[in-house]
Amino acid sequence: MSVVTLTINDQLVSASSGETILQAARSVGIDIPTLCYVEGLTAHGGCRMCLVEVEGARQLQPACFLNVNEGMTIRTETDQLREYRKMIVELLLAEGNHTCSICVANNNCELQDAAVEMGVDHERLEYTYPQREVDVSHERFGVDHNRCILCTRCVRVCDELEGAHTWDISGRGANLKMITDMNQPWGESPTCTSCGKCFMACPTGAIFQKGSTASELDHNRAKLDFLINARENQLWEL
Amino acid sequence: MTGRNGDRIKLATVWLGGCSGCHMSFLDLDEWLFELAMFADVVFTPLVDIKEYPEHVDAVLVEGAVANEDNLEFIRLVRERSKWLISFGDCAVTGNVTALRNPLGDPLTILERSYIELADVNPRLPDEPDILPPLLDRVEPLHRVVHVDAYIPGCPPPADRIRKSLEAIRDGRLPKLEGQDIQFG
Repeated sequence: MSVVTLTINDQLVSASSGETILQAARSVGIDIPTLCYVEGLTAHGGCRMCLVEVEGARQLQPACFLNVNEGMTIRTETDQLREYRKMIVELLLAEGNHTCSICVANNNCELQDAAVEMGVDHERLEYTYPQREVDVSHERFGVDHNRCILCTRCVRVCDELEGAHTWDISGRGANLKMITDMNQPWGESPTCTSCGKCFMACPTGAIFQKGSTASELDHNRAKLDFLINARENQLWEL
Repeated sequence: MTGRNGDRIKLATVWLGGCSGCHMSFLDLDEWLFELAMFADVVFTPLVDIKEYPEHVDAVLVEGAVANEDNLEFIRLVRERSKWLISFGDCAVTGNVTALRNPLGDPLTILERSYIELADVNPRLPDEPDILPPLLDRVEPLHRVVHVDAYIPGCPPPADRIRKSLEAIRDGRLPKLEGQDIQFG
């Protein structure tokens, strides 16, 4: 794999030709905010938080999907990008029913962290207040679709890391919904191994462990990182 | 000690569709309340018994969402008579718990569910004209109804966040919180 050189925020960066802008930026300590991305899983490009400016391109590009190229010039922090990222968080907050104060993920939520980081002190858009379900049919876990931001982390982690592919997506547009197996109650899923990886991967309080009270939820992302590292790099030490 | 221009600040706090937790947090300012008293007159608040909202209020902290017709009428009066209106706590900023009824449908459906379907004894809808204000179709955060000048999120906002905001008002600035100080919940 050849090495390419590109410029990110006026900084010269070397990267392998197969890498993405996100990987290249993070390897030199430039952080690009993400929500749907999980290191080690297939990129999804759905949340658009990692949008960057590419010199010469008319449109903004998601850094998790854009491969590095020789001589590219990238900007990850501009007023326009900051405004768009703020708007993305506001769109996500307005689309679902996110009541932080009664959420099990309060203080342990990546959407909440993103809102703080982007300076969302109030919501400029009108809330849609959709009517969504809560499924607590599973013995150990529950899913509250009100909190779901449709990042598909659960789908990808269940498929790629656990190999069960219990989770999937149904519907289009505003009717998009995460489902288990053939859109049946999670507790009746014949494929679910109850491993909890979807719960660990969920950025919000949408998938939760039963019995956790408000603010107690801990996604234990480190365990997921360990598994990915173990499989990819054959490093099995904690 | 007084405000920046040497005048004492006329401060008000208002309680709409909320649980009063934000006002409890306000009381958590503890001994700093004495400092507040050095530069501000609290001219209207549910913590004391003042009946009418006064004119020419410099800054008002409004707790709670706009949930019923009384809230709507009162917030418009408050807006008219105040220079700075500040959304105080998550219900005012986002609708929060007060707005949990919104996805469930119109007010009548919710009242029927609460007071008739789930009633153990004496099922009947609350109906006391001129005493119980009718619910609005939808609970709204303050800024959907009137112009809001600044926001103090939190459920409730911690006392030091309230203090930072009041110190800004004392210094003649609108509070502009950032970082962890704008966390909801």
